[in-house]
Amino acid sequence: MRSSHRLAFLFMLPSFVFVALFSLFPIIDSLRLSFYRLILTLPWLGQKMVGWENYRDIWQDPVAFQSFKTTLVFVAVTITFELLFGLAIALVLNETFRGRGLMRAIVLIPWAIPTVVSAQTWRFLFNDRYGLVNFALFGSDSSHYLAPLADPHFALFAIMVAEIWKTTPFAALILLSGLQTISDDLYEAASIDGASAWQKFRHVTLPLIKPALLLALLFRTIDSLRVFDLVFIMTQGGPADTTNVLQFYGYKKTFAEGMVGYGSAIAVVVFLLCLILSIIYLRILKLDRIEGSAP
Amino acid sequence: MSRSTALKFFSCGIALYCLVPFLWLVLTSLKSSAELTAIPPTLIPSLHWGFYRSALKDYGLLGYITNSVIVAGAATLITITIGSLAAYSVARLRRGWTNVYLMLLLAISMFPQIAIAGPVWSLLDRFNWLNTYQGLAAAYIALSLPLAIWILTTFFREVPSEIEEAALIDGCSRMQALYRVVLPLAAPGILTAALLVFIQAWNEFFFALIIMTDPNVQTLPVGIALFPGEYTMPWGEIAAASTIATVPLILLALIFQRGIVRGLSAGAVKG
Repeated sequence: MRSSHRLAFLFMLPSFVFVALFSLFPIIDSLRLSFYRLILTLPWLGQKMVGWENYRDIWQDPVAFQSFKTTLVFVAVTITFELLFGLAIALVLNETFRGRGLMRAIVLIPWAIPTVVSAQTWRFLFNDRYGLVNFALFGSDSSHYLAPLADPHFALFAIMVAEIWKTTPFAALILLSGLQTISDDLYEAASIDGASAWQKFRHVTLPLIKPALLLALLFRTIDSLRVFDLVFIMTQGGPADTTNVLQFYGYKKTFAEGMVGYGSAIAVVVFLLCLILSIIYLRILKLDRIEGSAP
Repeated sequence: MSRSTALKFFSCGIALYCLVPFLWLVLTSLKSSAELTAIPPTLIPSLHWGFYRSALKDYGLLGYITNSVIVAGAATLITITIGSLAAYSVARLRRGWTNVYLMLLLAISMFPQIAIAGPVWSLLDRFNWLNTYQGLAAAYIALSLPLAIWILTTFFREVPSEIEEAALIDGCSRMQALYRVVLPLAAPGILTAALLVFIQAWNEFFFALIIMTDPNVQTLPVGIALFPGEYTMPWGEIAAASTIATVPLILLALIFQRGIVRGLSAGAVKG
């Protein structure tokens, strides 16, 4: 028994080394750096401990404040539509009909496409001179054509469309696996009691897929908070910082401007935001399971 | 409206939603320069291969593809090897601390990339591993291990431990039992995990962007994102490169559809 313990430890060690070097150590180091002033373009300043100064700067930085707001709006809007569309798709795919296998395969396509490719695709669709979106709205009269990605009122909306399109299938698949755990007997029993389709959905389906819904919500929220590729390719954070989400702002500060200390402080804020949201979701999920299992 | 008509109607809607943007990209890649900028847009292209030729010849697409194959391939192989060892231990040794390890991995998989990007960059810099295949692959291994271990653990738990114990009684060592008995039985699950890890590495952009600044070692996503345009964007070439980057993934997704759906829900629902 002892030797098998040691073996198990040995088996886990290589994975732990990677995770420790490339995830645990970096997160601690980011936390440490967020209390330092370290600017790569001004190396003579060195690395100086400045306490909470970076965080105070974030508090007073209007761009950071806007970035925070943009990120929250982005997350709230995208996950709402992803879950709504995802649920609709899952409900259709859960029915039995000819061609269901094909449909399930088709749904995987947006999921499999690299985000970079979907970003370029949508950037082209929203193009101001020969984009399909403009043609659909205004026909051949190019004098009315819009440049959504250069317009502060539409750029974030365009990025949200691209995000929702690509990630809805993932939400749909998780919800589908939740739907498949519901036994047909429950629906039959509801039918015998004279329940309408809506009542069945409201009182059988919805309560039973709540765990799957919460899980989809958790995964989608965390992922949506990390949006970067779409912003980098479609707008570079512009116009006028209207699409400058936190992860992009942190990247810009750290890697483009070399403000490592300040960038790290932004990184820590994003991290804490993720952490708090996941804890809340997991709490609800756990509470729900405990209540659900009570007699 | 009858039930089957309604289902047909909704299915068509879903199919259009999923297919149209991607189809438009493929059609764009097969146009000529004149068709590309035509208003109204040309729906059916004249099957020009010009954009593919110039993407390969003038934009060095072949180099990006090679780099992506090497990095994603190596990362997948090593992740699955290391991940299988860890997942096997977690699946067989149901002790408290193995669950703590699983929870730690889950928490790590939720880190936003920016929260670790700076220190990962300086770490690779210290090893002189920036702009190298092993540097990016190492980062990818660490990033995909949590997902891989979660999925592999679910699949290993499905292999009945009686079979393995029989092998041990017959005189196999632990290592032999793993190698000869458990791995073949868990092969479909391992394949699924490998696919998901490969797709993740093939599509990853953020770390590829910060680690690979030298165009000679850049992967496909970085190449596609930074396609140079002097006065106008080379949309045709971008569409061609994007199609080449995507078609293998779509084929994999279609062929291994069942496995992928199971793997995704194993990784997600068991959380």
